[in-house]
Amino acid sequence: MTNGDPLSETGDRPDQAGAAPPAARPPRLFALLLKDRVACLAALMLLAVAACAVAGPFLLGDLATRQNLHAVDLPPFTLDNGWAFVLGSDSLGRSVAARLVVAARTTFAVAVPAVLASFVVGSAWGMWAGYHRGWRESVSMRIADVVLSFPSLLLAVVVLYVFSPSVATLVLVLAIARVPVYLRTARAESAELRSRLFVDAARTFGARGGSIIRRHVAPTVMPTLITVATLDFCFVMLTESSLSFLGIGIQPPDLSWGLMVAQGRQELQTAWWIAVFPGLAIVMTTVSATTLASWARLATDPAQRWRLTVPRGRARATARRAEEAGR
Amino acid sequence: MNALRESIHRTRPTDPAAMEVDGLSVDIRTPEGVAHAVRDVSFTVRSGRTLALLGESGCGKSMTALAIAGLLDPVADVVGGRIRLNGADLLALGASERRRLAGPELAIVFQDALTALNPVFTVGAQLGEPFRIHEGLSRRAARDRAVELMERVGIPEARSRAGAYPHQFSGGMRQRLLIAMAVALRPSVLLADEPTTALDVTVQAQIMELLRDLRTERDMALVLITHDLAVAAEHADDVAVMYAGAIVETGPIGEVFAAPRHPYTRGLLSSVPGGGRPGEPLRFIPGSPPDLRAVPSGCAFRSRCHLARERCASHRPELSGDERGRTVACHYWKEATDA
Amino acid sequence: MLVFLRRRIISGALPLLAVVLGVFFLARLTGDPANLYLPLSATPEMRAEFAARNGFDQPVAVQFLDYLSQIVRLDFGESLRTAQPAAQAVLQAFPATLQLAGATMAIAVTAAVVVGSLAAYRPNSLADRFAGLLSSASASVPDFWFAIMGVLVFAVTLNWLPTSGTDGMGAWVLPIATLLIRPFGVLVQVVRGSMVSALSAPYTRVARSKGADEKRVIFVHALRNAAAPALTVAGDLAVGLVNGAVVVETIFGWPGIGKLMIDSILQRDFAVLQAAVLLTAVTIFALNILIDACYALLDARVRQGVAT
Repeated sequence: MTNGDPLSETGDRPDQAGAAPPAARPPRLFALLLKDRVACLAALMLLAVAACAVAGPFLLGDLATRQNLHAVDLPPFTLDNGWAFVLGSDSLGRSVAARLVVAARTTFAVAVPAVLASFVVGSAWGMWAGYHRGWRESVSMRIADVVLSFPSLLLAVVVLYVFSPSVATLVLVLAIARVPVYLRTARAESAELRSRLFVDAARTFGARGGSIIRRHVAPTVMPTLITVATLDFCFVMLTESSLSFLGIGIQPPDLSWGLMVAQGRQELQTAWWIAVFPGLAIVMTTVSATTLASWARLATDPAQRWRLTVPRGRARATARRAEEAGR
Repeated sequence: MNALRESIHRTRPTDPAAMEVDGLSVDIRTPEGVAHAVRDVSFTVRSGRTLALLGESGCGKSMTALAIAGLLDPVADVVGGRIRLNGADLLALGASERRRLAGPELAIVFQDALTALNPVFTVGAQLGEPFRIHEGLSRRAARDRAVELMERVGIPEARSRAGAYPHQFSGGMRQRLLIAMAVALRPSVLLADEPTTALDVTVQAQIMELLRDLRTERDMALVLITHDLAVAAEHADDVAVMYAGAIVETGPIGEVFAAPRHPYTRGLLSSVPGGGRPGEPLRFIPGSPPDLRAVPSGCAFRSRCHLARERCASHRPELSGDERGRTVACHYWKEATDA
Repeated sequence: MLVFLRRRIISGALPLLAVVLGVFFLARLTGDPANLYLPLSATPEMRAEFAARNGFDQPVAVQFLDYLSQIVRLDFGESLRTAQPAAQAVLQAFPATLQLAGATMAIAVTAAVVVGSLAAYRPNSLADRFAGLLSSASASVPDFWFAIMGVLVFAVTLNWLPTSGTDGMGAWVLPIATLLIRPFGVLVQVVRGSMVSALSAPYTRVARSKGADEKRVIFVHALRNAAAPALTVAGDLAVGLVNGAVVVETIFGWPGIGKLMIDSILQRDFAVLQAAVLLTAVTIFALNILIDACYALLDARVRQGVAT
């Protein structure tokens, strides 16, 4: 593997990444991303959804709630009623496309804070537990086991019963349910790092636990954790939409993709598009996120990264040759 | 030289060959191109005798054994040659016919007994498996035969230990179990692929002893694949030296070791520690074996050989022999031995 | 073996305890439990009477002991909707979920073993690509949407299957198909991965050298080794099936525990919800013990505590 690895000799191995300035990483990663067409498409897709979530409500917020009883259940894929109704309208004459855009914001408003919160808490906790070992580690792992050994919906069901469902409680529930995932990953990696030489070296110089974690452990485990977070984004999004679909997540008049599917379900016989499009939006977003995550896993692993560069180059060379032969 | 006397004493050229390998070639498909792992290998083994297939790691000796046993990975193919086993041409047989011979005719002992034994089955079940597959014995009957086998290879308390799992045995005991499994159906040819490499020296001697006893007792032909010159010298009757996928020299082991003809064999023998005078620096063969994906034309050893001349680059030396059963693949071996 | 099981039971009981405690604290310490148990329209007198009857005016410690003894007696109070004991309502719904989940796991495991083994035996074959496609789909398609699409195509448009209910074989198809995608997708990848390493292990070569045919090599020698990791994952997936069951039962009107939970949330029937959550927790606990026992039976190294 190392023989075929054009990047391995740059010395950007995990054990040195902590010492090397991490600033050298982003431009090269970006260049790699541009080379991979599929991953690039996935990233663009996610960016588009994110842009909708941020800017959409300001542009279309009114359209999403405006009822028009003369334009009830309009079918999709026609421009007869203008661009706003290209994906049809629902039983109250509201534009499905506009509602999708507005719902994207709620979906992101739940998923992004939940992922961020569990990421920050879980990673810090896991690195701390893995660095110190001993009872701190065992207690932390036990807690993680307990939370993970129960279906997330069961936890959500109880909490959402006691506290009424809102964006804040949803974020809280999902964050708590996902903390163990980062906790486990971060603990495993930092426990392994602790035994490495450069951490020993730092300790010899009198560096304290907290600063070693911050300066040496955190930068090294970060790529793995970010990959986990990308995958987890899908999980959180799917759970939120399930809860909203079941009626114990986002409540009307707020909108989320899961909720839209639930509303469209009543009219499946007459207006299938109301339930189909929000589901498609979920699938496209999760597929993009998983694609990007599996790309990131390769790109951030120095031992695997060559896979992203070598076959592409070869593929392009053959394509060029074929082109020349065609001419 | 003890081994020499023994081998001369035992030579019975009229013995029918138990197995004849003729011109065997194996290619491996790798991402970087085709590697010619075994090139035109021929040798013969007779019942009751041991042939050492000698060479450094990566020279193709294990690949030869796997090709004979029909256990090559899907990326490797036999691309030429014939293997005659008691008259049957192995390479011409179908998969199920070959399976029928695997055990009763031809068996193989692998080197790492811990991974070669299945960790989730009892050793009794694994030793009984050949009987269940080939003789259709019941579970109980097969287990009784397994216990007998365990007793034969010297496992203490065989009956109660038959219910134990591989991880509960020591390395030497595991190797005994593996050997017992291979000889269960009294094969006529036994291939032993580095059977003692993973073991310490005293256990090594016991295992070799066991192999020798079984060979004599069951009149098997034993192919001992090894990189260990001492093991070969002590336990083999004949030797075939392999280099870069091809055989470079064969003959009775005492003669070959006493008067090696091929420059590679000579280099190999002189690089053994303790071979030279005390205080003399250890000799070694300069350079390294060629990449099997791009074996140079002519003689594969020429880049490391002090005898090499133009002819060695253009003509591949054929294995040619004398009347005493010694063969060598070198254009200029006579000069080297004269010098 | 017994030592091993005892250790697993003790460590497995911890999550169970956490649920029991969690339900208690959420119910008592986050406000007036009368809010949970009584309808929102209840008068202050009704609330006071309710609190006194259920001992909510007692100190927390006393309440906790009461709560524990209630659990032991399976007394969770009465359902607000039907006035039948909550435990009875839950136990009635339990078999329907168990049947659904059992059938799903049986199909998922069998299919995953066959497809995963074939995929591992012939990488890049049709089975391999099929397995890859399904497992990526299972990670990205929301199950409720999959179910609704199934209804749209097979029930509404083609009229082949019923939209809900439990009558006849047809009623099982869509619920099982929906529940199946995730466990099957994950399991097939696990089986494939562990079969690839088992099939390249030296002991499979040894098995072939004994004259074992390919069927025996794959399904006896390799699979027995690959079974242990697959089993662990199957256990986790069975636990995760609770998530799917809630969704599937709600969509298809399946009278199981998942639908019961959602109904009791929407109608604020805390007694039933509490009973359902605790029963689910106990089932998961029992399932985990069972999985551990099977795991130990499969691999002697586990039950003898040998590090592998």
